[in-house]
Amino acid sequence: MFSKVLVANRGEIALRIIRACREMGVRTVAVYSEADAQSLHRKLADEAICIGPPMSAKSYLNIERLIQTALETHAEAVHPGYGYLAENESFARACEKAGVCFIGPSPRNLRLAGDKIAAKKLMKAAGIPVIPSSEDGVGDVEAAGLLCQKIGFPVVIKAAGGGGGRGIRACENNSDLLEEFPVARLEARTAFGNDEVYIEKLIEKPRHIEFQILGDHHGNIIHLGERECTIQRRYQKLIEESPSPFLTASLREAMGKAAVHAMRALDYVNAGTVEFLVDSEGRFYFMEINSRIQVEHPVTELTTGIDLVKAQIRIASGEALGYTSQDIQRRGWAIECRINAEDPDNGFFPSPGKVETYHAPGGFGVRLDTHLYKGYDLPIFYDSLIAKLITYDLTREGAVRVMKRALQEFRIAPVKTTIPFYLQIMDDPDFIQGRFDTGYVKKFLPDETDDDDVE
Amino acid sequence: MSDAKKLVEVKAPMSGIFYRRPSPDEPAYVAVGDSVKKKQILALLETMKVFQKVKSPVSGRIVEILVENETPLKDEDVMFVIEVS
Repeated sequence: MFSKVLVANRGEIALRIIRACREMGVRTVAVYSEADAQSLHRKLADEAICIGPPMSAKSYLNIERLIQTALETHAEAVHPGYGYLAENESFARACEKAGVCFIGPSPRNLRLAGDKIAAKKLMKAAGIPVIPSSEDGVGDVEAAGLLCQKIGFPVVIKAAGGGGGRGIRACENNSDLLEEFPVARLEARTAFGNDEVYIEKLIEKPRHIEFQILGDHHGNIIHLGERECTIQRRYQKLIEESPSPFLTASLREAMGKAAVHAMRALDYVNAGTVEFLVDSEGRFYFMEINSRIQVEHPVTELTTGIDLVKAQIRIASGEALGYTSQDIQRRGWAIECRINAEDPDNGFFPSPGKVETYHAPGGFGVRLDTHLYKGYDLPIFYDSLIAKLITYDLTREGAVRVMKRALQEFRIAPVKTTIPFYLQIMDDPDFIQGRFDTGYVKKFLPDETDDDDVE
Repeated sequence: MSDAKKLVEVKAPMSGIFYRRPSPDEPAYVAVGDSVKKKQILALLETMKVFQKVKSPVSGRIVEILVENETPLKDEDVMFVIEVS
């Protein structure tokens, strides 16, 4: 086991990793930007090093600086969390070169998972169902038009280097395609530095269901069940739960097998997720692989009792998993609400600033992963995720009731949050019955479009 | 005798990072001396990873740009001064 780990992230996930390390008797090094001097991850780690200015590009994304800090503090491993450098092949290679263990998949895993077209080809070859699409990138709008004639509208244009729900545009017909195609390429280039896009048939009213995978360095690959992540706004997940109210036992088994098979095809190591779209008939299609610990990992932890971050650290240090998919006992129901500093009454626009009032919910069945505290000044530089509220009960109905009660207790002011929006959902009969698809939140936001432009 | 020139200040609607160009390798949206039309994009403002376009409230000429590219602003900070045409 490592004696010291550098945590290359901030916010709630940095705390999550520091806490896991503390419980394992592993010392931690936090890194923080000048804007994060008052952040909790700096205060809770054993050591903390300032790595640069507020802008992420100059601090949390500064590979050279992070490696140098790991070497100077004698950290034997780096945990990248999610976002930032978590899926960055160059960073994983730089760690390897410096003799620092990257707690995550191999650089090759990261490369294959990051190239959406390559990953899809590999899955198709492995016999995993994939959504009908272009074989390769689509270079111009004429080629795009021909392809759409073949697979039929509606379609989605996706960035080959995209992910995390970014760089996706839906087209109902040929005139949408003419308008969206150039925009999609431009967007892909600015967001991912790669303007390659591909076209996929749009699966109507799908559910987004993913499987958590763990793989070790001894050839063991297991799954820990599914997470239902259908409730999204603009392709960003809002509510996740485990298990999924939609899956039957046989569908769950088939998808779990496919997920393990998919990760075997990649020789996958460490924690990862296989994302699927499931149509209303229960047909499932491979969507993408997320080669990192995911934001929504706690719902799996609460239903399996497995600490995924500790598992990541153990795997990286060379330990064998020591359990199989069959050993995983899943019990009860867990739901997570991602609470953002956004104003639901003003188009979900971000709401930074000082947290003057802060009261956290508690009690039986409540887990809160957050970096907030009273007096904390939310910087403008970073993501608006401020807390993950996760509730647990033996039944789904019970977990929803705990969530509603916990949301009612949660007080954050004057920063605006999405708590009131989640309270509305917890009272919605469709949500309570588990009846939803990826378009679900539109019923609360009738005027909203799918694209990201803010005027 | 010169005409009285009407100057308009363009202020940040909320705190955020000020960007003068759409991406680092592209030219700035506007420079001092440029003529701009009402609703023309002057800059971007990024708050918690969300970008909003800063648009000109009037047609006129850019007289002054008071903030450097990539600097954090507070709400009400003046970004541009425009002489109304």
